[in-house]
Amino acid sequence: MSARDVSHSPVLTAIRQKFGSAVVEMHAFRGDETVVILPTKLHELMRFLRDDPRMQFNFLMDITAVDWPERHPRFDVVYHLYSLKYNRRLRVKTRVDDGDTVDSVTDLWRGANWLEREVYDMFGIRFRHHPDLRRILMYDEFEGHPLRKDYPLRQEQPRVPYRIAPRDPWRDPDIWNR
Amino acid sequence: MARSRYLEQMTRERDDVIVWEEDGKTHLFLNMGPSHPAMHGIIKIILELDGEYVVDADIEIGYLHRAFEKTCEYKTWNQVIPYTDRLNYVSPLINNVAYVMTVEKLLGIEVPRRAQYIRVLMSEISRLTDHLTCIGAALMELGAMTAFLYMIKAREWLWELIEMVCGARLTTSYTRVGGLKADLPDGFAPACRERLRGVRQVLKEIHGMITGNRIFLDRMRDVGVIDADTAISYGFTGPCLRACGVPFDLRKDQPYLVYDELDFDVPIGEVGDNLDRYLVRMEEMEQSIRIIAQCLERIPEEEPVVMAQEFRAWELDDIGRTGRLSFDPDRVRVRLANTLEGAEAMHWDHINVPDRTVVLPPREETYTTIESLMNHFKLIMNGHGIRPPAGEVYHAEEGANGELGFYIVSTGEDHPYRIRVRGPCFALTSGLVEMIRGHTVADIVPIFGSINMIGGELER
Amino acid sequence: MNYAGQGGFLTTRLQAFVQWARKFSLFQYPFVTACCGMEYMSVAGPFYDLDRFGAALPRFSPRQADVLIVVGTVNHKMAPILRKVYEQMAEPKWVISFGVCATSGGFYHNYAAVQGIDLIIPVDVYIPGCPPRPEMVLDGIMKLQAKIQQQGRDMRLLEETVPSPYARTWMPGVEEPVAVTDSPSDRDVSEA
Repeated sequence: MSARDVSHSPVLTAIRQKFGSAVVEMHAFRGDETVVILPTKLHELMRFLRDDPRMQFNFLMDITAVDWPERHPRFDVVYHLYSLKYNRRLRVKTRVDDGDTVDSVTDLWRGANWLEREVYDMFGIRFRHHPDLRRILMYDEFEGHPLRKDYPLRQEQPRVPYRIAPRDPWRDPDIWNR
Repeated sequence: MARSRYLEQMTRERDDVIVWEEDGKTHLFLNMGPSHPAMHGIIKIILELDGEYVVDADIEIGYLHRAFEKTCEYKTWNQVIPYTDRLNYVSPLINNVAYVMTVEKLLGIEVPRRAQYIRVLMSEISRLTDHLTCIGAALMELGAMTAFLYMIKAREWLWELIEMVCGARLTTSYTRVGGLKADLPDGFAPACRERLRGVRQVLKEIHGMITGNRIFLDRMRDVGVIDADTAISYGFTGPCLRACGVPFDLRKDQPYLVYDELDFDVPIGEVGDNLDRYLVRMEEMEQSIRIIAQCLERIPEEEPVVMAQEFRAWELDDIGRTGRLSFDPDRVRVRLANTLEGAEAMHWDHINVPDRTVVLPPREETYTTIESLMNHFKLIMNGHGIRPPAGEVYHAEEGANGELGFYIVSTGEDHPYRIRVRGPCFALTSGLVEMIRGHTVADIVPIFGSINMIGGELER
Repeated sequence: MNYAGQGGFLTTRLQAFVQWARKFSLFQYPFVTACCGMEYMSVAGPFYDLDRFGAALPRFSPRQADVLIVVGTVNHKMAPILRKVYEQMAEPKWVISFGVCATSGGFYHNYAAVQGIDLIIPVDVYIPGCPPRPEMVLDGIMKLQAKIQQQGRDMRLLEETVPSPYARTWMPGVEEPVAVTDSPSDRDVSEA
């Protein structure tokens, strides 16, 4: 079974039939069925996947994003779904740019509330119609979105005044005289 | 809830207790946490109270965010493993196994059967420690200090067992991409059986003390009820979902490793209250003990190799370097340092996949042959290392709290491009608001204790 | 009693008695955040018993506690709370930093973790380890007890009155950040 050959998968064929033109790409790399869809049709696809009796993806396992800074559009928002009845998984991806918004799926699955807040916090992707979009893991005064590739790993934004100067043990041999 | 008003008040540097009159009722905003004995350290629950009853709540997390996902983008595939230990730190082996299985799925390799059995065995021991810690801490917060001490005693035995195998009690880093760090030591099976007997005894004592206890039942029955549809909508998985009556267990539904060959049951609750979650966890511990016993019997034994001579490592090293290797190096036994016990050449192919682009050669070969030295170099040094194909995978395993999923995006380099952990506690904690609404403040403690929120997994 | 800093016989004996009493009745405030909390539970548990040092009872209110044991990683979101808890404790107070994340940030050298709580509060005993074995923790407690015993009348002066070459207050946004470590390449896999 090659990664691009999706004709044997009932889910992917049904999605292709219903959403033909909006589907950007489909593959099944290492057995994970994946569909990439346009952001305008995302909510419709999600509703179809949750409610249609052949699909019944009642679990939203995860929402996350991947940053490809050299590509336009920059972000991949990734949804992982699971169907309890048919025991199968699906990954739905959509591509958005910096500053674009994505439709929120909070009205379909309540777990999406916190998951989308985390994507907003870490990447800066806003979700339309989200009831309460604010930071969840970082503090409110934090500037920037840490998981973007252009945010440096070690750039700290302290909130409490330091009582001694921080020393970097790898570059400062005199750390013992702290 | 009037969160914006609350935030306005808070920024004016007032106290943590704010009283607000509205519609003739008095609302009280109370801050519970983050440094609170029953909040497991790191959650802030902003409660809107009507007297003692919780009208609404807002849960603020992020006090243990340690940037796992971003840090691991700068580490090689094997260097991520110690970071995964600290995700769900009460069952670290399950995290280790889940991560390396995701990378192995990306690579398209499968480890030998003995390694699979050992991974299952260690995962189940970790599941035992997780449930013991969860229930022990929950009972301590209810006031049953004795139960806590008994469970910590049982957990100590299991940690000694884990230390025998992995070298560390808590942060094990036992698995490697393509296999394991080392094989089980000699004398593991009898030690394991003895400790499991002890754990069974402790569980029996706890059942006797707690499960029929009137005070316990009054505090836990019908408290924190959540129905199955709401739970599924929030993304609950694991014991909390099974307590609501949904029979979803990844070990049975999407089996991985050797779970399809083992015989065990999955306990299902009825109502979805605290008592069901407690009972599901206690029964899962019994089933874990059953799985471990089966693993110990069914684990494929290695063929005993007759060893001609025994050398110390430095002796063999010298012999190899000076070219005096006149005997077959597979027929000698090398006494390596005791930190490498179980990682000798005679165990190596039973616990690691024989693919040398992924797994290091055994130490004896590295010390004695130049090809293995170069192989070792190509896997360890900066800029070299394991090179999986470009692509993305998601692999999920049954963690102690539910579905622990790893989503890894690779661009073919020696470090992951993006690594995402789907921690089960995230969904559970987001559903906490549903569970505490309408209950008193004193009920928050057992409800929160029963969902087993682990900070490392919640906030990575 | 002479005022050259040394007391007479009776006052030093009294001081020694008071310090003995203090060291064997430590009321700890375990500020538990992360994985070290599990080892803390072990240390307080039946095998490695903390009760024999008189330090069994955790007091979950800073007003009633002597020793602030900071267990686990403290990140920047948690830092003001740690500072507040420390300031709420009454003298005499001591701080133990339990685990390498509290001592120096551990292997979390990134935007989230405070690289050592001694950037925020003064620390008496550092217990490294990830997590430290319970025997190490007991050794640390014994070292704290030794320190308490010899501390004498001039406790630990409040840090504001002791000038230190390192006590440079740094506020975010005021001057150039010293906490940014700009390595020439972002790939730093040599530091595991």
